[in-house]
Amino acid sequence: MISYCNNDTICAISTPPGCGAIAVIRLSGSEARDIALKSFIPKANKTLSHSTCVYGSFLDNNGEMVDETVTAYFQAPHSYTGEDLVEISCHGSVYIQKTILEILVSNGARLALPGEFTFRAYRNGKLDLAQSEAVADLISSENKQAHDVAVRHLKGTYSSFIKELRDKLLHLLSLLELELDFSEEDVAFADRTELINLLETIEKEVTALAKSFELGNALKTGIPVAIIGKPNVGKSTLLNALLKEDRAIVSDIPGTTRDVIEDVININGYPFRFIDTAGLHATQDVIESIGIEKTIERINKADIVLHVVDLTQTDIKSLQSEIDEFTGHITDDTKKWIIVGNKEDKIDSVPEWGSITANGLPIDTVIISAKQKLNINQINETLYQYVESKGVTGVPTVTGVRHYEALIRALESIASAKKAFADNVPADLLAIDIRQTAFNLGSIVGDISTEDVLSSIFSKFCIGK
Amino acid sequence: MNNTYDIIVVGGGHAGCEAACAAANLGAKTLLISMSMDSVAQMSCNPAIGGVAKGQIVREIDALGGYTGIVADRSMIQFRMLNCSKGPAMWSPRSQNDRMLFSATWLSVIENTKNLDFISDNVIELIIKDGSVRGVKTEIGKSIYSKAVILACGTFLNGKIFIGEVSFAGGRIGEKNSKGISEQLLSLGFEVSRLKTGTPVRIDGRSINYSLLTEQPGDEHPGKFSYTDTPTLRQQKSCYMAYTSEEVHDILRKGFDKSPMFQGRIKGIGPRYCPSIEDKLNRFAGKNRHQLFVEPEGWNTVEVYLNGFSSSLPEEIQYEAIHKIVGFENAKFIKPGYAIEYDYFSPIQIQRTLESKLLSNLYIAGQLNGTTGYEEAAAQGIIAGINAYQKIYDKEAFTLSRSEAYIGVLIDDLITKGVDEPYRMFTSRAEHRILLRQDNADERLTGKSYSIGLAKENRYIRLMKKLENTQKTINFLESQPIKANDINGFLGEIETGLLTETTKLSRLVNRPNIAIRDLAKYSTALETFINNDCLKAENIQIVDEEALEEAEIIIKYQGYISKETTLASKLATFDDIPLKKDLDYFSMTNLSYEAREKLNKIKPTSVGQASRISGVSPADIAALMILLGI
Repeated sequence: MISYCNNDTICAISTPPGCGAIAVIRLSGSEARDIALKSFIPKANKTLSHSTCVYGSFLDNNGEMVDETVTAYFQAPHSYTGEDLVEISCHGSVYIQKTILEILVSNGARLALPGEFTFRAYRNGKLDLAQSEAVADLISSENKQAHDVAVRHLKGTYSSFIKELRDKLLHLLSLLELELDFSEEDVAFADRTELINLLETIEKEVTALAKSFELGNALKTGIPVAIIGKPNVGKSTLLNALLKEDRAIVSDIPGTTRDVIEDVININGYPFRFIDTAGLHATQDVIESIGIEKTIERINKADIVLHVVDLTQTDIKSLQSEIDEFTGHITDDTKKWIIVGNKEDKIDSVPEWGSITANGLPIDTVIISAKQKLNINQINETLYQYVESKGVTGVPTVTGVRHYEALIRALESIASAKKAFADNVPADLLAIDIRQTAFNLGSIVGDISTEDVLSSIFSKFCIGK
Repeated sequence: MNNTYDIIVVGGGHAGCEAACAAANLGAKTLLISMSMDSVAQMSCNPAIGGVAKGQIVREIDALGGYTGIVADRSMIQFRMLNCSKGPAMWSPRSQNDRMLFSATWLSVIENTKNLDFISDNVIELIIKDGSVRGVKTEIGKSIYSKAVILACGTFLNGKIFIGEVSFAGGRIGEKNSKGISEQLLSLGFEVSRLKTGTPVRIDGRSINYSLLTEQPGDEHPGKFSYTDTPTLRQQKSCYMAYTSEEVHDILRKGFDKSPMFQGRIKGIGPRYCPSIEDKLNRFAGKNRHQLFVEPEGWNTVEVYLNGFSSSLPEEIQYEAIHKIVGFENAKFIKPGYAIEYDYFSPIQIQRTLESKLLSNLYIAGQLNGTTGYEEAAAQGIIAGINAYQKIYDKEAFTLSRSEAYIGVLIDDLITKGVDEPYRMFTSRAEHRILLRQDNADERLTGKSYSIGLAKENRYIRLMKKLENTQKTINFLESQPIKANDINGFLGEIETGLLTETTKLSRLVNRPNIAIRDLAKYSTALETFINNDCLKAENIQIVDEEALEEAEIIIKYQGYISKETTLASKLATFDDIPLKKDLDYFSMTNLSYEAREKLNKIKPTSVGQASRISGVSPADIAALMILLGI
């Protein structure tokens, strides 16, 4: 079995499989440049030097031209992997990609194992553990916002934020340990108020970070939207209109349950995912006879609810009782409720629904005609505004499930430490919870060692008989 | 004369004495060589044993069948259980001891140990053959042969004493140092460096005005260190507290230009946690007074030790400054404070058994490994003694893990991290200190020591009886109910929640401020249980007390104990993944350079140990595990 432990020069097609306009093939390792230059002949006697792109011909082993390519070279350690790195951009045909790869292998390169480029970047100190995970996110990010999050993560903003928290914890721990190991000495002990304040600050920051996971996750998989309403109000027509608006970037992605297909649209870079639309795709709404329970289930899964009503059959009173019926079971008060008045083309005057409430949820009203595609843009705008209002930018966001779990465990130990504070338990027991918090956060960016704690104590306090 | 032994121990300090007794008690024919058998196990610094973390170590040594606890119990003049207001992991026994009596008691232990010979002489060279140590040569020209040698020469190797601008060779004030061994080992490739430590002035107690100082008496009910039937104190001597002042500091500062530390004449690094008084003034200029402890040196001596005033400033400066301390206006010096610089061998050159990696059958223990403290030294001594025996008799190595004992933490830290200042134990060095309590050292270690034949059967029987009684007590408390009316008066008194219905006693013990003994006053069933013969162990005095304490701790802190047990076993999985000795870390270019260098130097025996090396990051460990296909 080939392991990751070697210094072979490795190569792989770095663009998605299949036929595209162009493809990129990467080579990494000490022989990358030599291997490439066995077959790549730069035009006009250009040399392949660090951080430049050179145009030229890629020849097979008989000297026949395979393709005209642009080749870039990055010298170690100034490359993504920290090794000599060559990137060959060729035309996207599967045949060309495959042939170039075969030639590189016959020149002495080895096919890379999954994730091996990132592994090398990691082992050469180009990325830390959290950053390597961000690479995986970056590669699979399908929209601008998820991309931004991954880039931020990759730049280490997030790691340095966690390190800040780690330093605060270290300070907290050293205050406690001082009190324990040097109890016989003449040192002033931290007052409990300062300790609990520090703990609360840390809790707040960890909570914010954990919450950002939910948003970060939504950005990766799409912000969940539910389209609900009585039969025949035009839900299916609305969905098709929304999808048509954005046909070029519509994709089908598998939902959380096996049989469910969910539609995703992309508005100004944000993905929105319509929950459980299988029923809505039926040619006639009549067939879709879903009950109230199913509707509630959809609402609970969604961040945004598009509540479609037929303008020709709705007055303010019936609308309010319909909303009450749907919202009666909701506990989460952060959902956005958008009333979509459909069939605007069939009524004479727009109704005045300003007094409508949705059990305390933020509410908006849009009047459209799905069939005539009137005001569909206004729905898009409302969806977009909702996400913008959440303030996505600037917050370090946790996207990895592993990190999320570590944060949740850290929160549990913080809660336990707070309880211990409240119960006035001795400092050594309190320290157990604080140490566990440090341990949980440490699993993201590196542990706090007992030596760190002691150094922190010695640098700040005068001790020693 | 006899010149062949199984094991030779060089040095009669705390490490050497424990090592010699452990080896001899296991059955090895052992020789202890000390420069002066008249002064074995000296307390060169303060006349006290134990303290935070150190007291736990003494209990561990005792649980293993060592003697430091027994000797301390027989020579103590004061006992305090420190940190009683904190959780049970912090309860730390500490004694003040009669310095002369401590040494004399140790000597009588040695004299009464079978298989153990001792001589006064100075070892100047090791006899080495085929990469293995075979004996020692002494100053008077003797060659003595053995299968293993344990080096425990403390601060004596090239020891140099400093007092102001005066400096001279010596292992302790008034005693000569030892030369030869360092040079020989250095030539064999051992890494030898220098450390420094200091000790304060000794004063004639008759010249101190105690009425101006604050008294610090011993505990009302003094405890002890040993799990065996050693006596407890009937009367005690007090310590006293004094304070320096700005005036004192100003005088001391006058001598800074003559300080061997500040002039760079002392190259060795001193301990940060036990700084000299000049170091304290220098680093914490804002503090306008420092606390000092006056510790009596024994029952019958007038000599007292001024804890907190360690100094290597010129004697006249020390003298002038001390006379400005309230209560010390007429103080007479017996010995001035001094600093001592000495050789130590970087402990990353030894294995977990304390055997040298470079020279087989050579064991190194105590201050030579860069530690400080009698307790740390003694702990290494007993482990070296056991392992030297185990090796020459072809038995399994005897090692302790970090979650098993402070001794395990101590040795793992030494061999993994090395030292760059004298190493002292702190409870915060242990990841799982709630498991490493002074009350359960016997549960953690006595069985293990008994199984190799060191801890004697009476210790083991006693442990079994304690465990049985502890369980009996827990079972009783968990099944015995108490009526709300019988106890609510007491609960009201101590301002804790009242009962609304009949409750099991264990639920009350669970509360932070209720002791089992408190409840006995309100539950006749409990009182009968405690005083009943069923808890009394035959011919063993104190087991019932220990069982009560143990049961109380288990009931009160079960949540924390089981949380830590789980975490410890999770972390232990990494310690169970072995790393081969001959791995070529330099070929693993995927590890950071620093990690490669450190791993190559330390050659960790497990992934867990590798992960604790400073400079080896979690990323390095992840890469290492991927590389080795773990």
